[in-house]
Parts: sequence; C-alpha cells; structure tokens
Amino acid sequence: MRLTLLLDMAAEAFGHRVLSGPRSGGITAAQLAGRSHSGAGLVREHGAEVVVYLAVNGPAFPVALFAAARAGVPLVPLNFRLGQRQLDALLARHPKALGIADPDALAHFERAGIDAMTTDEWLAQTCVDRGEFSEAGAGEEGAGEGPAAVVIYTSGTTSEPKGVLLRHENLVSYVLGSVEFASAGEAEAALVSVPPYHIAAVANVITNLYAGRRTLVLEAFAPGQWLRTVREEEVTGAMVVPTMLARIIDCAEDKSVPSLRSLSYGGAPMPAVLIERALREWARVDFVNAYGLTETSSTVALLGPTDHRAALESPELAVRARLSSVGRPLPGIELEIRGPGGEILGAGQPGRICVRGGQVSAEYAGLGRALDDRGFFDTKDDGYLDEEGYLFISGRTDDTIIRGAENIAPAEIEDVLLRHPAVLDAAVFGVPDTEWGQRIEAAVVVRPGLGVDPAELRDFTRRALRSTKTPDRFWFLDALPRTETGKLLRRELPDAIHSCDAIHSRDGIR
Amino acid sequence: MAVKFRVGQQLVSAVDSTAVIIIRAPDGECTLTCGGAEMAAAGEPVSAAEPDRSLMGGTQIGKRYTDQADTLQVLCTKAGDGTLALDGKPLVIQAAKPLPASD
Repeated sequence: MRLTLLLDMAAEAFGHRVLSGPRSGGITAAQLAGRSHSGAGLVREHGAEVVVYLAVNGPAFPVALFAAARAGVPLVPLNFRLGQRQLDALLARHPKALGIADPDALAHFERAGIDAMTTDEWLAQTCVDRGEFSEAGAGEEGAGEGPAAVVIYTSGTTSEPKGVLLRHENLVSYVLGSVEFASAGEAEAALVSVPPYHIAAVANVITNLYAGRRTLVLEAFAPGQWLRTVREEEVTGAMVVPTMLARIIDCAEDKSVPSLRSLSYGGAPMPAVLIERALREWARVDFVNAYGLTETSSTVALLGPTDHRAALESPELAVRARLSSVGRPLPGIELEIRGPGGEILGAGQPGRICVRGGQVSAEYAGLGRALDDRGFFDTKDDGYLDEEGYLFISGRTDDTIIRGAENIAPAEIEDVLLRHPAVLDAAVFGVPDTEWGQRIEAAVVVRPGLGVDPAELRDFTRRALRSTKTPDRFWFLDALPRTETGKLLRRELPDAIHSCDAIHSRDGIR
Repeated sequence: MAVKFRVGQQLVSAVDSTAVIIIRAPDGECTLTCGGAEMAAAGEPVSAAEPDRSLMGGTQIGKRYTDQADTLQVLCTKAGDGTLALDGKPLVIQAAKPLPASD
C-alpha cells in the first residue's frame, strides 16, 4: 500500500481542490498528483536512491514527499539548523541522493558531492510534464517489504540521532485508521508551524490530503505572525507544540481567532497551567491533545474536545485530572503498561508504555525493528492508565530520578515550578549523590523583570508536593536547551549549567 | 474462482470503473465480485464482463466495505456502478468513526 494511492484517490475525488498554499494559486490535488509523476521522473533521471529535503516547510515539501513515494525512494527531511559537522555526517549516510534545499543550504550538498536544487527550482521543474511515472511492482509488496517512505532522524535528546524508517504501510495505516476520506469542508484550512523534519509535518501532509483539507505553512514561527495568519487566511485548524502555545498566549497581540475551530497540540509535555489558560482564552475552540512518537507514525492516543471541556468543568477530581492526560488510544492501537519484568499492569499502576498496531514502525536504519515477540514496541515513556483508560505520561524512562528508593518523574516537579508566577521555564534532573544515590536539582528561567530566590521556590514546591520531591538546588539560566519543537535537550543541560554564574545559582538574582 | 486475498492487494472490476484495496483479508479462499462479475488483480488484463443488472447499487470512493461477519474489509479507491459482494453476499459500507484532527 503506497502513499501515492492516497494521493490518486484525492485527485480522483476532489482534483480541483487546493490542498496546499493560498486559496487562489495554491496547488490542487490533481496538480500535486501531476507533480508527483514529474518529480519521480526527475528522481530517476538523477539516479537518486533517496530524496533529501533541507529547507523550511512549504509547498515544495508535499511535492517532494509524493514524488519520492512515486519513485519508490525514501524522503529524508533534515534539520537545516544543524551544525555543519552534524549535517556532513548525516549526508554521508545518503551519498546517492537528490537534494532539495533553501538557497543558503545548497552548499551542504555541494560539499557532500550530491546533486541538488533549490525549492523554487524543484517547484518549477516538477511543473514540467514528464509523462506518467509507472510504479512497477508497487502493488506486489507484502508487509515489511518495499522501500521506506520517509526516514526521520530522532532529535537525539539523550543520544546520537537515529534514522527512523517509516514504511508506506505504516503511514497509510495511520491515515486509514484516523481520517475519514474527503471529510473536510471546502472552507477548511489547517495551519502548520512544525518544521518538515518532524513527524507531525509528514503526518500533517498526508492526513489533510486524505481529508481534503487545505494546508498553509508558517515557515518560521512567530506568535504575532501565527495569530495574523489565522485571522487573514481564515484558518479553521492548527497544530502547535507547547512552546509555541506558550508564546502565543503570553504575547501582547490581539488574540482573537474567530475562524479557528480546532487546535491540536503535542510533541512535548504540555504544562497544565498553560493549557488551562489557553482553554479560557479560546473557550469556543476544540482542543485536541495528541501523544505519539516518530516511531509510531505520529498520534497513538488523543484527548478530544469533549474531554477537555469536561476536565475544566467537572466537580470530579478524576475527570479534572484528565486535562493532564493524553486521552485514550486510537482504535487501531493496542496499548499496554508493563512492569519491570514485562508483566502487564492494571489501572493506576505506573510502568512502561508499549504499543502495537499497523502504524507502528519501530524500525531504525541499520538496526532493524525494535518489537518484542508479540509485536509490541516499548516507547521508553513511563505512564499509567486510569480506570477509564485515559493515559497519563510521567516522562521518559531514562529521565526518571531515583532518590533513595523512590522513583521521581521530573515532569511532576516541573509542572509545579511552572505554576510559580516568576518562572518562565524549568527543568528538573537527578545528580549523583553519595547519600541518596541521586538528588534533585532544577534549572529555572525567570520571567524578564521578575526575581525569585531558591528558598521561595523550595517552599513553593514543598507545599504542592512533599519534601522528597523538592529540589535541593536551583540553577538560574537565561534559557534552557530545547529543540525547536520544545523538547528539552537533557544531554546539553550540564553544559548550560556549568557555563552559568555560580553566584546566580545561590541567590537567584538576575 | 475462489482465491486467497492478502492485505494491500488491489483489485479492479470487470463491469465498471470500481477499484478496491484489501484492508483485511479472510483466512480462507473466497470470491469477490462487483456487479456480479469476479474482480481481477490490478495490473492484469481484465476481460470485460456483462454486469448483473440486479447488482448495480454503486460504490463510493473512500468508503470501506465489509461483509456481515467482518472477515473482509476493502477500501474503495475508485467509484463505479456495481455492487461489491463476497461469495454472493453484498458488502455493506462500514460506518465512519470520526476522530478529531491531531496533526
């Protein structure tokens, strides 16, 4: 089952509909199908075995995705903000590539000796009719065979980046399991702010195509620009990561969004205080919280609009708590919480989150598939299910602090710190300790113009949690090392702390 | 002629423009027809057949069709005029369970 099947269905059923770009002058479903044939021809002319995309998100991206799919080669979107050494190392893994790049990124391909063109050239070239590209053997492939559709390098928050292979069948399975064909109205438009090397950007292209929904791209996220685009383009739906939502809610601009009907968020943990503010700011908007990984072709669990409203209004504690959950698994996903010995745990018991389903790839370049003998993938996220099957994520297993015999999830303490009015950002981590094995420390970014001292933060945390969960030491930084999509880069945290002034760490004065 | 289907297999109608892809395949062999005529594997030559006039209810693109026991599930990838049937029993449209957009 190739991705092009979805595109061909869209071209057949609503070929005239604009799927990417402005309502007039954007690319229609039929044009996208035409460009995918032309682009596949180009890929073949270059003898490329992979298409590497090194540019901001834009109309060239869906064309690249479907041209690569048509040609039967993977699309590899790379992070254009990576350093030269990291990019050289990644490009060296894909010598027989065709590159598509922003003008200032072409040099990376030149250095690597890879044929490349700019996104504008790519859009001009794929307008040229090269005839129909025949996908020989595409229908004959069984499960697990055939080329990968997309390779996404993990952000490497804890280790070196790994290439996650997403096969056509994983992505098609995700779309068929979560989207009804042609279900979007003619006036619907989705605003995309995630970079193209993020799984949400890939999922965004294929799910909106199948729904028949136009997508618009914000190349570089800025809160004011986001708000203006929503109003001017009458955007009806959008996806943001928590850091983007925080900046939108915090900014001083006009926050009216009359056309916006739904807003989904994911990609990193959402602080409870932030989503509560957003729900009050935009009471009419349907909020959706999605939890997923690159390895699972995006979303595996979601918390829908009804759940959000119920959580905000319910007198019941268990229902209110669900605002901090990621909702329930998608129909096509089986989810288990497992203990240290692999045993399946019941409601309320925390353990490792494991998932199974057609959309789960769990496949890494050069390493194979990381599935157990029952076909489950260990997400390496810790969490638990409540009595009604709502999933609560406590954090990455690797990030868990073990103080004495107690397992402590940094997220729980971070959530409390973020409720302090002077705290803009916070990260909690374990440090080796002779007495406790690990002790808790916190890195905090104070809101500009405000001040807070460690004693106050310590009291504030102790009142909400308890003393064993109270950081022993606070470090005050100007910013935390985060990826563009808001994931904390824990391995860069020690460097960030060591470069900060030790006096600041004691008195917290900025 | 009864055959064993596999997931991902694409089939085309011999009487109209209908095309489907197998989403769930029954364990044993079976016969899938459209407009009363057996469907052929996509890419293979199709000899046009006379449709059974009583089996021309039509197919809709993007809809999933299933048998009563839900052993077979197909996705219609091209619409046509025929009625899909498994071993002579017409398939029915599977009701959509819409999820909110999350990407």
